[in-house]
Amino acid sequence: MEDKPGVLNRVASLFRRRSFNIQSLAVGGSEQPGLSRMTMVAVGDSAQVEQVRKQLEKLINVVKVSDITEEGMVNRELALIKVKATASTRSEIMQIVGIFRANIVDVAPGSVTVEVTGDEDKVNSLLSLLRDFGVKEVSRTGRIALTRGSSS
Amino acid sequence: MKKTGAQILCESLIKEGVEVIFGILGGSVLPIYDTFPQYPQLRHILVRHEQGAAHAADGYARATHKAGVCIATSGPGATNLVTGIANAYMDSAPMVAITGQVARPVIGKDAFQETDITGITIPITKHNYLITDVAEMAKTVKEAFHIAQTGRPGPVLIDIPRDVQQEQTDFVYPDKIDLPGYRVISRGHPSQIKKAAKLINEAEQPVIIAGRGIIISQAYDEFKEFAEKAQIPVAHTLLGLSCFPGDHILDLGMMGMHGTGCANMAVQSADLLIAIGMRFDDRATANTKEFAPNARVIHIDIDAAEIGKNVPVDIPVVGDVKSVLTALNEEVEKREHVDWFSQIEQWRCEYPSQDIKQSDEVLPQYIIQQIYEATQGDALVVTGVGQNQMWAARYFVYTKPNSLISAGGLGPMGFELPAAMGVKVGCPEEVVWCVAGDGGFQMTIQELATITQENIAVKIAIINNGYLGMVRQWQELFYGRRYVDTKLWNPDFIKIAEAYDIPGLRVTRREDVIPAIQKAMEYPGPFLIDFLIEPEENIYPIVPPGESLARFFEPSRTEIWERKFGVSITEF
Repeated sequence: MEDKPGVLNRVASLFRRRSFNIQSLAVGGSEQPGLSRMTMVAVGDSAQVEQVRKQLEKLINVVKVSDITEEGMVNRELALIKVKATASTRSEIMQIVGIFRANIVDVAPGSVTVEVTGDEDKVNSLLSLLRDFGVKEVSRTGRIALTRGSSS
Repeated sequence: MKKTGAQILCESLIKEGVEVIFGILGGSVLPIYDTFPQYPQLRHILVRHEQGAAHAADGYARATHKAGVCIATSGPGATNLVTGIANAYMDSAPMVAITGQVARPVIGKDAFQETDITGITIPITKHNYLITDVAEMAKTVKEAFHIAQTGRPGPVLIDIPRDVQQEQTDFVYPDKIDLPGYRVISRGHPSQIKKAAKLINEAEQPVIIAGRGIIISQAYDEFKEFAEKAQIPVAHTLLGLSCFPGDHILDLGMMGMHGTGCANMAVQSADLLIAIGMRFDDRATANTKEFAPNARVIHIDIDAAEIGKNVPVDIPVVGDVKSVLTALNEEVEKREHVDWFSQIEQWRCEYPSQDIKQSDEVLPQYIIQQIYEATQGDALVVTGVGQNQMWAARYFVYTKPNSLISAGGLGPMGFELPAAMGVKVGCPEEVVWCVAGDGGFQMTIQELATITQENIAVKIAIINNGYLGMVRQWQELFYGRRYVDTKLWNPDFIKIAEAYDIPGLRVTRREDVIPAIQKAMEYPGPFLIDFLIEPEENIYPIVPPGESLARFFEPSRTEIWERKFGVSITEF
């Protein structure tokens, strides 16, 4: 979509107005100057998703809409997780973080902050393991995705 | 030579062929109004409320197929346009609405008469703009008209801060448009058209549902050729009336909640529906789950998002109606459908929806019929919303293309008077009848001043029953006859007209109906008739809310109806 003021508002307004549910939404730059790429996860049956796609297509600032549910794709999410940590639990947390190939990006006397990238399942699995230690805060980006292969 | 934003706006409007602007001025559009005298080719019509400006622009647009233009100041001026913009959006009328905005340095500071009108109108415009740099002015106007008038038409709003109107730059009107996210599909896909033709050629009980898209596309000839060649009966949505001659043998009249029995029976019994330029509105389909249970559906529409939105579709054809029908006419075969027509004729006799009861009362159906007789259909009829609208839709025979201008989707009472103004300004040679309800008339009554000031010769027929009639009918049928707050105390409309310097007549007897209509037609300027009708006259048939289209009720068949459905109409 065009990188213009208010475009996000137009998309959000469309979802609200047509009672479509957004599970996650991520937006940022694309390969083309002046265009942004928005990745969103919307829940619905195929007719609903088709209707969302067509309604989005009608927005003047939206250049292209692809439903990639059925396509081969790479999708990733980034999460930051702040976990309670004491001297006795810290090493165990670090071990789990290592298994998930996640990183510890901040350490404080009572907590560590973990950065994890991966698909939704991976983030969810790590999160559920860390819950045992006491999760203080979570911030997730929502999914971003590209289709596999060289086509664009 | 450098020009101001206001000058660039006016010159861009002229480049787009604009001749008339409806509006009211205020602080944030003063620089624009200040330049109007430099451009005498732009006629500005000063309305009395911004809603009137939007409805007038809408009426003008529907009658002329050109974008109507309205203008209002920031804040309340802009918010008053909202009803009219929403109406144009629902009914796909091309419109460019221009609003003033507070100066850029105070945007976001809650300045006097500041309102986020672009935010407010996102869901009711095809697109909108806030111009933050005068260099964007010409390009924006060009894009706005392109978007408003192409594809599925609709309203576009341009919000212009006051200081942008005063800022100067070189005026260059762009000759190209660069809108990468806006594509108009005009031609239908050939293989879809072939598939559609195959179904049409094989159908035994086909029905066409004709919508406003045929009028927007001005495909009257192509549509007539199609219906006649394939010999398919035509049911209309409300806004599809006047796309096909109402006196044609193939015409079934309006379908839907207040459609004719014959049209509704035909649609419900069809084995194939060919829906053209329509969107399966619930007032047309009634309960969609029970809608046309045996029919396959071909849906021809320029808006891909309409396909499958309300009703499942077997063969979608996305494209401009005119181009699709031209292609389809090559593919469809001449057919006859003898059995189907004999069935339809049987329904026509069985369900006498169009009969007007013999009575000495002043009946609204009779009034509309007599306006038709007096004009022989050579008039443009603009209606309000409610019973008056349904009577006008059903009892005027629309033989002239695009001769019904009515607010369908949004249903804003008060549309009639300002819209009729816009229609008459757009088509000064045509006779324009404004069919008003006594309730709706009072919602935009102040436009009588505009009519007099600009000498807009519309003929106004108030269908006066002293009630908010359609709501009263629902209270009568579905709310145990409890007339809560629907009875209206009304002013003397003839005195009101007189105060606005408009001659008028009150009609209280049936024998005065024809002479009053004649008098109005003979009078060269605007004229008002206050028809005091039978207060509790209803519009029938009616499909009870939530019911199937086949369950239409008309009082002449009460006993048969109750036997068939085992329930009285008042039990819904």
